[in-house]
This record gives sequence, C-alpha cells and structure tokens, in this order.
Amino acid sequence: MSALISVRGARKSFGSKQVLAGLDLDLAEGESLVVIGGSGSGKSVLLRAILGLETLDSGQVLCRAKPMQGRVRDDFMDSFGMLFQNAALFDSLPIWRNVAFRLLGRMPAAKARALAIEKLDRVGLGPEVADLFPAELSGGMRKRAGLARAIAASPKVIFFDEPTTGLDPIRAATINELIRSILDESGVSAITITHDMTSVRTIADRVALLDHGQIRWQGPVARMDDAKDDYLRDFIAGRARPMARNTEPG
Amino acid sequence: MNPVRLTGRLALAATGGTGRIAIFAGRGLAGILPLQAGLLFRQIIQIGWLSLPVVGLTALFTGAALALQIHSGGERFQASDVVPAIVAIGMVRELGPVLGGLMVAARVASAIAAELGTMRVTEQIDALVTLSTDPLKWLVAPRLWAAVLTVPILVGVGDLVGIMGGWLVGVNALGFNSATYIANSWAYLESWDVISGLIKGAAFGFLVALSGCWFGMNAGLGAAGVGRATTNAVVVASVAILAANFILTGLFFR
Ligand SMILES: Nc1ncnc2c1ncn2[C@@H]1O[C@H](COP(=O)(O)OP(=O)(O)OP(=O)(O)O)[C@@H](O)[C@H]1O
Ligand SMILES: [Mg+2]
Repeated sequence: MSALISVRGARKSFGSKQVLAGLDLDLAEGESLVVIGGSGSGKSVLLRAILGLETLDSGQVLCRAKPMQGRVRDDFMDSFGMLFQNAALFDSLPIWRNVAFRLLGRMPAAKARALAIEKLDRVGLGPEVADLFPAELSGGMRKRAGLARAIAASPKVIFFDEPTTGLDPIRAATINELIRSILDESGVSAITITHDMTSVRTIADRVALLDHGQIRWQGPVARMDDAKDDYLRDFIAGRARPMARNTEPG
Repeated sequence: MNPVRLTGRLALAATGGTGRIAIFAGRGLAGILPLQAGLLFRQIIQIGWLSLPVVGLTALFTGAALALQIHSGGERFQASDVVPAIVAIGMVRELGPVLGGLMVAARVASAIAAELGTMRVTEQIDALVTLSTDPLKWLVAPRLWAAVLTVPILVGVGDLVGIMGGWLVGVNALGFNSATYIANSWAYLESWDVISGLIKGAAFGFLVALSGCWFGMNAGLGAAGVGRATTNAVVVASVAILAANFILTGLFFR
C-alpha cells in the first residue's frame, strides 16, 4: 500500500541557505511519526512544504501516490488538523470561534460552541477562556487553544509543531497523554515535531532525525536507544556538542 | 546589464506582475459567492460606515474652500455668481470622488494591509488554508466588495456635504441668498455628472481594497514586512486613484 504522505527529494533554500537538501520521508497510514532535530534544522519548513504552504525548489510531495495539489490537497485538508509552532490563532475571533472554526460551517453555532468548550477542557482550558481573544491569553494557553482547534473536527491526519514547548512539566505531560489518546483512536496519522524526549517516547511509533536538510536516522522508537548514530545519541542524552555542523546544512 | 535586456526584464516583470494581480483580483471578486453575509457586513461597517466622518469633513472643507476660490477668481471676469454651479459640478465630478477616494486610501488601504500582513506573518493565513478555507474567499472577497459597494455611497455623501460647505460659505461670507444658491446648485447639474462621479467612486474603492489586500497577503517577514506592506498599499492606492481618475475622466467627458 502506498504511504499516506511521501516526500521525495525535497529541496528548499532561502537565499543561499539550503534548508532541505533532497529529503525523503514517508508517513504510513495510521502511523505516528515524530521528527526531531536541532533548532533551525528545517522541521517547520518540512511541515509547511508537505502542505504546500512553502513551494519546494525541487522534489515532490505525494499523498497516497498522487501529487499533493488541487483536489488531492483539498481532500487531504478536509480531514486535517494542524497545531502551528506559534499557534496562529485568528486574532479577530474569540477563542471558541477559533476552536470551532471548522465546525461552524457544519452545525448550529450553539452546538459548535458546546463542542469547542469541550475541546478546550481536554487541553486544560476552562470555559472562561471561550470568550476571550487570543491576545488575552498567555503563550502556553494560546498553544493549547491552537491544539484544541487542531483536534476539534476529529481530523484523520494531524501535524503538531512542538505541542509541549512553553508549557509547564505537568501540562506538558497532560498534553502528551492527550495526543497519545487521540492517536490511539483508530486510523489517525500524525507528524509531531518536538524537542521533548518525553513527548517522543509517549507519542512516537517511529522517529526521524532531521539534520543537514536530510533524514539522518529513522526507525521505530524502540530502536532509538540502541542506535549507533552519535548525533542521535547526543540528542537523546541532551549532551553538548560543537554546533558548527548545524549552521551550514547540505 | 545592457539597456535593451533591462527594459525587456522590466517589461516582463511588469506584465507578469499585472497578470498575477489581475488573477488575484478576479478570484477575489468571484470569491464572494456563495455569499457569506456576515463577513461582508462586517467589512461594510469597517470600510464604509467608519470612513464617513473623515470623508464628510474632507468634503465640507473642500466645498467651502472651492466656493471662496471660485468667488474670488470669478470676480476677475464678473462671473462670481457661478459659484453654486461650479462648486456643485466640481465636487460631484472631480473633488468628491478623488478626495474621498484618497481619504479612503489613507484609512482603509493601510488598515487592510496591516491586518492581512499581520495575519500573513503570524501564519494565520496558512492556518486558514489548513482549515479548508480559501483566504481569497474569507478575507479578500468581502473587502473588495465592501469597498466597491460603499465608496460610491461615501462619494455621494461627500458630494452633498461639499455642496453644503459651499452653501455655508456662500450664504454666510459671500452674500448669496440661500434659496438662490441652492437653486443654482441644482440648475446646471446633469445626472451624468453625478453618476460618473459615483462610478469613479466604485473604481477607486476597488483599487483601494485591491491594493490593501494584495500588499497585505504578500507581506514580507516580521514587523518590517508589515510596515512596508502598509506603506506600499497606501502609496500605490493613491497613485492608482489619480491615474484611474485621469483615464476615467478622459473616457467620460471627452
Ligand atoms: N520564510 C523564510 N525566509 C527565510 N528563511 C527561512 C524562512 N523560513 C525558515 N527559514 C530558515 O529555515 C531554517 C529552518 O527553519 P525552521 O523554522 O524549519 O526550523 P525548525 O527546525 O522548525 O527550528 P525550531 O526547532 O527552532 O522551530 C532556519 O534557518 C530559518 O532561518
Ligand atoms: Mg520550528
């Protein structure tokens, strides 16, 4: 069976800076892939490129073996949810309308609002935030509201860009559990970007390490600890190492 | 680079850019259907209703100043009683639409560019796409249509207020009889004078919203990118209004 998403030979440069250098990656149907990698290594750009929000210099993105464009992309988006690294909530809408954005076209407003408040509760935000505007929330609260928006319409594919960054350890653990429980629901596929090794162990079926614009290592999460790759080992252990390698990818 | 090649490049860039803007405008206008009345209504308030004070004040002072000018200028050839007619024709054909359009450009093109530019740089526009919502339908279409629909109304109000400004000065400072002034304002005015001005208003409204949306949606990175988008939107909208005014005047009155 062809993969849900395949990235083939993706190249992307900003000016003279090469961010993706012929990257290949697959996401299987129902799989939870976690992408790790140094800050600035191109993880967010990779997600944006998969969605067509960033045009690749060369290479392609396939969705079930068809180019991710036009109708294929529209159909993909219809059952998709994304948590952006900086939440990207709509400033002009109150939190509940942000969360219920997709639902509002499908059901009466009162029902959408009730569902939004339920989703907010799942990410640990009380009903009192429903009528606040994004600017009135803390960074971590915005992140969680963004998570509520991503999962509100029960998507089949979800991208999480650093779901636990900026949260306290307890909240982070709660969010990891929440994501795990969403992924356990049948048929949900996800790509999660994180720097948080607890997240990796809770969420991942498979792990991919991004470095120099390519996938340097990938494998099942269980094999991560006895991998031979020394960069991965340092990454897992949180050991300091010379960072020069990270400034000039490719 | 040699001049021929440079000219070629510039021409290609200009036509390519024009093509892209035309497609953007076309898709933006078409995106109003199926109609989402709430979104359109909100922009009508933002763009039309909230511009009333500034357009009204501009017209009032312009009409008043115009009356003074025509009066003192007209005295040179014993024609100072043409004040009401000239003020009315000048306001309705030219100054109402142009100054109204420029004031809307200052107020609205900047606001649209800043809002959409901020949404661009904070990935809100990308978020819309991931929520299966076309930014052209959700953001651009209501703004384009609200401007096309409301700026002619603003121009109409400006026309009336401007004529009233002339009347205030005429009656209080230039010794006109109130009833005569009003009668002379209408007497020489033709309906095409008014209608052409309102059409200009619709065109200027379109240019203002298009400029704001285009620069906002294509804003560069960070706060500086939004700042540049805002400046460009106002400058381009203003110049476009003056150029379009020349072209339309030529079409309408030659
Ligand atoms: N629009 C852009 N213009 C120019 N450079 C960009 C742009 N977007 C990203 N970059 C560059 O691409 C590189 C990768 O950025 P990206 O946001 O993908 O990093 P990341 O791996 O997500 O890092 P982090 O973990 O810190 O979020 C960075 O060096 C960044 O400077
Ligand atoms: Mg990132």
